[in-house]
Amino acid sequence: MSEGHAERAARFAADEPRAHWHDQALWFMRAKRDRAASAVPEWERLRTLASAIKAHTRANLAGYLEQFERNALAKGIRVHWARDADEHNSIVHGILAERGVTRLVKSKSMLTEECHLNPYLEARGIEVVDTDLGERIVQLAGEPPSHIVLPAIHKKKEEIGDLFHAKLGTPAGLADPKQLTEAARGHLRERFMAAQAGLTGVNFAVAETGGVVVCTNEGNADMGTSLPPLHVACMGVEKVVPRLEDLGVFLRVLARSATGQACTTYTTHFHAPMRGGELHVVIVDNGRSALLADETYREALACIRCGACMNTCPVFRRSGGYSYAWTIPGPIGAVLATARDPVRHASLAFASSLCGSCDDVCPVRIPIHDQLLARRRDLARAGALPLGKRLGMWLLGRVLRSRPLYELAGRLARWLGRRAPRALLNGRWNGWARQRELPDLPEASFRELWRRERGGGGPR
Amino acid sequence: MKAALFVPCYVDQLYPRVGLAAARVLERLGVTVVFPEEQTCCGQPMANAGFAADAAPLARRFLEVFGEHDAVVCPSGSCTSMVRNHYDAYLAGRPGFERLKASTFELCEFVHDVLGVRALPGRYPRKVGLHRSCHGLRELRLGSSSERVEPRFGKVDALLRGLDGLELVELTRSDECCGFGGTFAVAEEAVSCLMGRDRIADHLGAGAEVVTGTDVSCLMHMDGLARRAGLPLAFRHVAEVLDEALAAAGAAELDRLRASAGAAGAARAAAATSAREAAPLSAGRTR
Repeated sequence: MSEGHAERAARFAADEPRAHWHDQALWFMRAKRDRAASAVPEWERLRTLASAIKAHTRANLAGYLEQFERNALAKGIRVHWARDADEHNSIVHGILAERGVTRLVKSKSMLTEECHLNPYLEARGIEVVDTDLGERIVQLAGEPPSHIVLPAIHKKKEEIGDLFHAKLGTPAGLADPKQLTEAARGHLRERFMAAQAGLTGVNFAVAETGGVVVCTNEGNADMGTSLPPLHVACMGVEKVVPRLEDLGVFLRVLARSATGQACTTYTTHFHAPMRGGELHVVIVDNGRSALLADETYREALACIRCGACMNTCPVFRRSGGYSYAWTIPGPIGAVLATARDPVRHASLAFASSLCGSCDDVCPVRIPIHDQLLARRRDLARAGALPLGKRLGMWLLGRVLRSRPLYELAGRLARWLGRRAPRALLNGRWNGWARQRELPDLPEASFRELWRRERGGGGPR
Repeated sequence: MKAALFVPCYVDQLYPRVGLAAARVLERLGVTVVFPEEQTCCGQPMANAGFAADAAPLARRFLEVFGEHDAVVCPSGSCTSMVRNHYDAYLAGRPGFERLKASTFELCEFVHDVLGVRALPGRYPRKVGLHRSCHGLRELRLGSSSERVEPRFGKVDALLRGLDGLELVELTRSDECCGFGGTFAVAEEAVSCLMGRDRIADHLGAGAEVVTGTDVSCLMHMDGLARRAGLPLAFRHVAEVLDEALAAAGAAELDRLRASAGAAGAARAAAATSAREAAPLSAGRTR
C-alpha cells in the first residue's frame, strides 16, 4: 500500500518539540473557543438551530439556490454555475480575460484551493496575490495551506522572517510578529492598489436577499473588493442559507468556534455590485450534489469551515495539516476526502482515535467520528482494506465466536507471553512494544479465577 | 438486585483483577453478581476497524448471552457504548435488543444511576488523576465534556470525590484523548504514543500518584508508556480504587448503603420494566 496518513504523521511527530509546539498553538485556539462559547448560555441551542437550518436547506437545496439566483440577478449581480473545478476555473478565467485583467488580489477561499485556481490562472498569464496574511505566507513559500483558518500555523515566526527576507527583502533575522506583519502590509498595499480585480470566497449566500456574506479578520476582502471595479465571489452550493435572520445563528457560532472571537472583525454583506463595477458569483458543485445524495455522509455538507475540529483534534494537533494530503485537513477533511475518493484517501478514515471531540465542538453538530467509523465499514465492505488486516480480523472474529477456542487462545497467548524472552516480545515486529511496555500477563484469566473462587457461574 | 457481569475480553485475559474488583464492588453494595460464562467479546475490535461482517455474529451472541438479564454491568465505558450506541447496526429490530440496550451499564454509571449511590464510604488516601476515557465521556455521557456548554458534572468524579482522603487533581486538559483508540494504538503508533505521553505529563504535573479511569485499555496504553520511561505513576482501574476503599469501610456504613441501594435498584428496575412495557425505550445517545 502507498504512503498513508500514519507514515506522514510519523514524520511530523518525529520532531517532537515541533509537534508539541504545534499542539500547544492549536490548543490555545481551542481554549479561546471554549471561553467564547461558554459566554453564550444558549450555545448548545445555537448548535442545534444551526444544524437544523443546514438540514432544512439541504433538503430544499435546489429551490434555495434558484431563489438566491433570482434575487441576486435582480440586484444586478451576475450568477454563474459550475459543475466541477474545471468549469469553475474556466468561468473565472473567462470573466478576467474578457476584461483584460492580469493582476488579481484574492482573499481566503478554500473552494479555489480545492479547484486549484491559482496555478490555472498563473499559467494563463494572470498574477494572483493571496492577501490573507497566512495565505500570503504559504503562497510565497510555494505551499498549500495546512489549516483552513490558520493556513501558516505550521510555520514558526523565525521561518516566516527568513521567507520574508528572501521574498520581500526584509532585514535578515527579523522574527517579531508585529514587524513581519507591517512588512507584509506594506507589500500587500502595493498589490491592492495595482489590482484590476478582487476575488473572494463566500461564507454565506442568503437566498431571500440574493446577497453574499464574507467574514475576515484582516479586512483584506474589503480592500480587494473596494479598490478594483470587478469582484468575483466563488461559493460551493452548500453555502446558501434561506433567510437573512439565519445569519443571527451562524455568525454567532462561526467566529467563536474558529478563533474564539465573538464576531469576525469584518463581516461584509455584498448586496449589489459597486457603483460602476461588476459583481459575479460563481456557484460550484464539484462533487457536492453526489455527497448530498449520500444518506450516510450528507451531513458533512453542513460544514461552515470554522476549523474547530482541527484545533480540538488530538491527532491533527500532533500530525499537522499536510499529513491529510487533502485541501481540507483534519477530522472534517477526512470525511470530505474519503467521500470524494474513498480508496485513495482510505487511511484518513483511520487517522482518528474516535475520541469524538470533533462532534462535541462542531458548531453545526456534524457527527464526524460516526462518519469516520461508517467510512471504515464501507471500505471494509468494498474490500479496500489491506489483506493482512482482513485476515487478522476474520480470524479474531472466528476465535471469539467460540468460547472454547477463545479460552484456549487466551491461555496459549498468556502461556507463551509469560515465557518468551523480553527481547523477542519487544522486537521491531511489535508495534505496541516499540515505545510501550506490554502489560504483565496474569497466570489465569478472570473466568478461571472466578471458577476457582466461586465454582461456577452462579452467585455465591 | 441481580446483575450480570460483562467482562470485556481484554479484561478477562489481561486484567482479571479488574473484573474481580468490579464484582466485589457490586457485591459490597448488595448486588448479586452472576458471570455468564458463554460471553467472549462484544465485537468492538472488529467493528471499530470497519469489519462489520466479523462483528455481527458477536453482537448476536452477546444478545443471546445477556438478553435475559435485568441488568448487565461492565467495567468499561467503551464496551458498554458498543452495546448501547453501536449495536443498532447489527441487532436493530431483534426481540430483546431494546431491553438489552436499556439495561447495559458501565460500572460507575450503574452504581450512580441505578443503585442511586452518590457517595461511597471508605478511604483512599492518595492524589488521584482521573482519565476521562472518550467513549465513556462523549458516548455514554458519564460526565460533561469540556467542549459542551452545560453544567459540569461527572458520575465517576462524584464517586471518587466522596472517598475519604482521596484528592482529585486538576488537569490542564480535563478530557483529552490518551491516544489508545484500539487498533489506532498500533496503526498510528507515532501519534498515539505522543498523545499518551502528553496525558502522562499532565497527570504528573498535577501531582497525581495514581491515575484511574473507567477503561483499562487507555490505562494499559499509558501505563506501558510510563513504565518504559520509568515514570513514578501507578495506574488503577476505578473498580480497583473503589474496591480498595470499600474494603476499608465500616460494616454499619455498608449496611446502610446496601439498604438504600437495594431500594433504589428495585424501584429503578420496576420503573424500567413498566416503561419498557409502555413503550420500547430507545437508549440512543443524544448529540
